[in-house]
Amino acid sequence: MAPTQETLSTVEDITGTYKWGFSTDIESEFAPKGLNEDVIRFISAKKQEPEWMLEWRLKAYRHWLTMEEPKWAMVKYPEIDFQDAYYYAAPKKKPTLKSLDEVDPEIRRTYERLGIPLEEQKVLAGVEGARKVAVDAVFDSVSVATTFREELKKAGVIFLSISEAIREYPDLVRKYLGSVVPMHDNFYATLNSAVFSDGTFVYVPKGVRCPMELSTYFRINAQNTGQFERTLIVADEGAYVSYLEGCTAPMRDENQLHAAVVELVAMADAEIKYSTVQNWYPGDKEGKGGIYNFVTKRGLCKGARSKISWTQVETGSAVTWKYPSCVLAGEESVGEFYSVAVVNNYQQADTGTKMIHIGKNSRSTIISKGISVGRGQNTYRGLVKVLPSAENVRNFTQCDSLLLSDTSGAHTVPYIEVRNPSAQIEHEATTSKISDDQLFYAMSRGLSEEEAVAMIVNGFCREVLQKLPMEFAVEAQKLLGISLEGSVG
Amino acid sequence: MLEIKNLHATVDGKEILKGLSLSIKPGEVHAIMGPNGAGKSTLGYTLAGRDGYEVTEGAVEFLGQDLLALEPHERAAAGLFLGLQYPVEIPGVSNLTFLRTALNAQRKLRGEEEVSSADFLRLVREKAKELGLDPEMLKRPVNVGFSGGEKKRNEMVQMAVLQPRLAILDETDSGLDIDALKVVAQGINALRGPDRAILLITHYQRLLDYVVPDHVHVLAAGRIVKSGDKSLALELEREGYATVAA
Repeated sequence: MAPTQETLSTVEDITGTYKWGFSTDIESEFAPKGLNEDVIRFISAKKQEPEWMLEWRLKAYRHWLTMEEPKWAMVKYPEIDFQDAYYYAAPKKKPTLKSLDEVDPEIRRTYERLGIPLEEQKVLAGVEGARKVAVDAVFDSVSVATTFREELKKAGVIFLSISEAIREYPDLVRKYLGSVVPMHDNFYATLNSAVFSDGTFVYVPKGVRCPMELSTYFRINAQNTGQFERTLIVADEGAYVSYLEGCTAPMRDENQLHAAVVELVAMADAEIKYSTVQNWYPGDKEGKGGIYNFVTKRGLCKGARSKISWTQVETGSAVTWKYPSCVLAGEESVGEFYSVAVVNNYQQADTGTKMIHIGKNSRSTIISKGISVGRGQNTYRGLVKVLPSAENVRNFTQCDSLLLSDTSGAHTVPYIEVRNPSAQIEHEATTSKISDDQLFYAMSRGLSEEEAVAMIVNGFCREVLQKLPMEFAVEAQKLLGISLEGSVG
Repeated sequence: MLEIKNLHATVDGKEILKGLSLSIKPGEVHAIMGPNGAGKSTLGYTLAGRDGYEVTEGAVEFLGQDLLALEPHERAAAGLFLGLQYPVEIPGVSNLTFLRTALNAQRKLRGEEEVSSADFLRLVREKAKELGLDPEMLKRPVNVGFSGGEKKRNEMVQMAVLQPRLAILDETDSGLDIDALKVVAQGINALRGPDRAILLITHYQRLLDYVVPDHVHVLAAGRIVKSGDKSLALELEREGYATVAA
């Protein structure tokens, strides 16, 4: 990834270890501070939403006011003052556009520094045989560019920001929005339903194999602003789509809230592959600042033989709280969850998945790799649930923790609820550290301690990294190396 | 090539090496033999720079450099190789990846160009076959599922690829049957050269039948108590350590 490497070295002097920590100096437009019905109307109006969408938001907001913040996760963070933030921030210069030239040059520069190709000719450089990747770039509360739309449209694939989709394909959006993560699902999902900013909408028609990878890069820039993206991906019968999301944010002293909702729907014989490389600002070495990443992601394997797989590499965020899950309703449907979560310094993560088996012969695979460094606390929380109707279910769960310091922690909270006697559920767990022997062995062959740790950690995560689309596997490996800085010595 | 002067080393607070001195010239093969607990492995680990092995006195010069001032990986890049008595398993990291990463790390430290994947693969396959190791095994994680003998052969493959100036082989012959021993000995002999040296640490005379040493030393109670040529090894086998070291 040539651009990224170059930009990394130029940015390094300015920002120190978190190389995406720079902020972009542009004029932004904000909603009034705080959260109330007026702010929601403001957001809806800015996005020129139809009446039904505003009503939906207000309904969610009113319900949210009756809800209590959940406190059961193994993470500690100071009380969030929901009134002390902006719920909408958008670059002033023309957020909706027809051509890339209309994008604020500062924003274009931002994405260049991040190594993200906004121009259609530019492919993720430096990777052999790289294919085209369509990009939807979301900057704070708005999508600023979506590439390859025309080419995708020819294949019948709808790929655009959700704000636009609500305007251009209202029936389609309305049909599926909230069908997998209902409005009242949980505190943060409800909040998101009220104030969601932007995100991606994808619809792949029957029998279509999406001709290229789709991706969204989320960039939080404005200070004191929460980001509430909403993504909805629907794969109709026999369709296939591979989607990747990447996220970064500048270094700030205050914490910022990122409460996203992602819904996936896979019809009969369809497959959705959803990959995430998350590198939100994790806070500094003292634990100050950093993003709160509270996300609800769920996939519905609606049709028979449908398949949804989640792959995530989580290296950032001060606090990560998310359980990408699959509801396996269709017969013979398949759900997969592959995860690498790194916590360093004072980061905390409570993450895992829920596999809900409803359909006969459904299968699920869970492979979770947790790496704890510094004072990081990593919790795997998983649920494998088999309903009485689900005959012959098979699940395999492997949850491995690697502790790289004596002040870090790894915790495992597996839930297994099986109500059908024909189910076969396997659960394996390991906790380990890199032994002195292994380190010395590698060093005696010429690897420095950092190189040795990186190599061994990579080996630890290999099973998961292999699931990422090739281009992003390389980026993820580099990210792993960077996130381990300070783990040695 | 290697000049050890009055080396004192402690492990876990206990002094194991008590003033060891040894001189190895390029082109030579030395053998160190001695009873258990004498400090043979300690010598190997101390020279390689393992954590926990503290040098309290003495000096070691390697190819004109102060060896003790270098980090373990720097010593490797300088041309030092330690063949472990108990090679370690590294799950998830294939032998190929491990070896290629190591080779390139060393080359980088020496200011040399990295080796290409194709060249590397060719080299490794060749060396593996010579040492009787199925190249397919190299795709497996380091030493995982390898028998004792296979692990030792794997050490030899690494040595053959890394081409060190000084190879310190700690009980490389232990656990090998006669055929494996011959093959490993071949591998060691293949490394011999006018600007290379080999230090064999061993209990038994057997290996020395195939890798004939120029000098044999007896290490007892942390020091070299006797030195001689290859006949000393035979004498040890006949008389035992107690008699000879007396």
